[in-house]
Amino acid sequence: MIAIASSAGLWWTILRTSLEERLAYRADFALGTLMRFLPIVTQILLWKAIFEAAGEKEIAGFQYKDMVAYYLIVMISRALSSMPTLASSITLQIRNGDIKKFLIQPVDMIGFLLLMRVAWKLVYYIVAIGPFALVFYLCRGFFDGWPDAATMLAFITSLAMAFLLGFFLEVTIGMIGFWFLEVSSLLFIYMVLNFLLSGHMFPLALLPDSIEPWVRALPLQFLAGFPTEVFLGNVTGEAMLRGLWTQFMWVVFFLATSRIAYHYGVKRYSAFGG
Amino acid sequence: MAIIEIEQLTKNYRVYRKKEGLLASVRGLVHRQYQSVPAVRGVDLQVEQGQFVAFLGPNGAGKTTTLKLLSGVIHPTTGTARVMGYVPWKRSIAYRRRFALVMGQKNQLWWDLPAQESFRLHQKIYQIDHRQFQKTLNELTDLLELGPLLGQPVRELSLGERMRMELVAALLHSPEVLFLDEPTIGLDVVAQHNIQEFLRHYQQLRKITILLTSHYMKDVAALCKRVVIIANGQIMYDGSLSDIINRFGGHKVVTFQLNGDRMPDLSQFGQVLESIVPRVKLRIDRQNVTTTLSHVLAKYTVEDVAVEDPPLEQVIADIFSTASENSREPA
Repeated sequence: MIAIASSAGLWWTILRTSLEERLAYRADFALGTLMRFLPIVTQILLWKAIFEAAGEKEIAGFQYKDMVAYYLIVMISRALSSMPTLASSITLQIRNGDIKKFLIQPVDMIGFLLLMRVAWKLVYYIVAIGPFALVFYLCRGFFDGWPDAATMLAFITSLAMAFLLGFFLEVTIGMIGFWFLEVSSLLFIYMVLNFLLSGHMFPLALLPDSIEPWVRALPLQFLAGFPTEVFLGNVTGEAMLRGLWTQFMWVVFFLATSRIAYHYGVKRYSAFGG
Repeated sequence: MAIIEIEQLTKNYRVYRKKEGLLASVRGLVHRQYQSVPAVRGVDLQVEQGQFVAFLGPNGAGKTTTLKLLSGVIHPTTGTARVMGYVPWKRSIAYRRRFALVMGQKNQLWWDLPAQESFRLHQKIYQIDHRQFQKTLNELTDLLELGPLLGQPVRELSLGERMRMELVAALLHSPEVLFLDEPTIGLDVVAQHNIQEFLRHYQQLRKITILLTSHYMKDVAALCKRVVIIANGQIMYDGSLSDIINRFGGHKVVTFQLNGDRMPDLSQFGQVLESIVPRVKLRIDRQNVTTTLSHVLAKYTVEDVAVEDPPLEQVIADIFSTASENSREPA
């Protein structure tokens, strides 16, 4: 019991310190948050233009209204599952030796980084909740009302897992830094694939039938597309439960992979750079 | 019983050997040549509880690698080590709670937050009781005169202030073993002195075991009775600072003050280090000092004579260069 209380105290302090650190960068933070909302306008206009040019009311089962609704919800999923600078900061710490502090202090590095990320996301949402509410209020016409409680619960669960999946996936990429000096190219590939194949850029239903199953076999859709489809009611019943289970298994897989990579990476570590 | 026991500890780094030029860089994409570079070679060392030991050595001698091995940051190639009974590279949580590593060139504090926030985090990480934490923090900040700076972001502190804050962070959990890697590097004379004073006082007060690496002889002379000279990954000397001269200082520096304004040629007696009329300074082999003195005194009118040991820095520099020459000789 004492051990649990003590761990909770540690995690709370890490979270609090990370929150304070994030709040230290006020200007960067405010700008970064507000800039995230700019693409919404361009996306709405882009899809409007596409639908008008195509002269169709529906593309792959999506009407213009559905497409905008999809995009708005994807934005929430992405805001949770994207992990800016996570992998690159891990490789940088491996390169310049800053990772040593995690090796000598009695603290778990991955757990520490996870709480830092939770803090980042919390601060982001505290600041972004106002603009988010405004955007959704202005765009309420694109939605058919709120989903039912069960769908909402599934959506929130899926969002939480999207956050964890995004985190452990990027930590795994960052750990490659123990073997290779630079992972920026790999990260770039990951970001491009993520953008195209996670459902961030467009709903995966728009992909040709021959490609879609392959893309859906990847974990990327669980970072953006899947939670959105749950919210919009495009995935329901057994398919939704199967999706949540698969998403959970991907989280477990990358959690294990990041841990194994860390374990062997540390063994290999040469601690160059002082 | 020894608190640190090292036996035949060896660490080889695998280093990529890139040849010069663009073509070599392109070739390196497909085929790379690696070389095993020994950083620590069969080091044996025992340190008793409460000792303050200095590791002296030139750059690349293996000092920092040894500290990294002892703090569990890296794994050895061969050999064993135990610190307080723990194998460092197993990195058990129990071990990590009982030692600290301070690196002069690395920052462990949160850069954009006041140091007190990092200290609070350390309190939780090391599970320090609140009252004990407050007591230790007050004691350390008083000794290091840091009180008013606790609320200032670390990035705004001077190098000396930051180093003192790093020491506070490292000592908050009252470690029994402290590894210090160049703690005074880049600091001005006053800041160096302050840190030396603090370390001396703290070590005497708490009787903790400290291993210090430094380039500054002043650090070592001020703090450590025991000195380990390490060069090319091997221990060249392990003993007291004063004994270094007896063992390695194979010569004496003899200064003659002669009568008259002409300087005779004394190079037959030893290497002339300095010659400014009417004074001449000679480097003379230890065993020849007495004979040389009697010869010179018999032949010239000498007003004054001084026989001194060579400066410690010189003796140590000689040891380093001898080691470096030996390592270059083909086996």
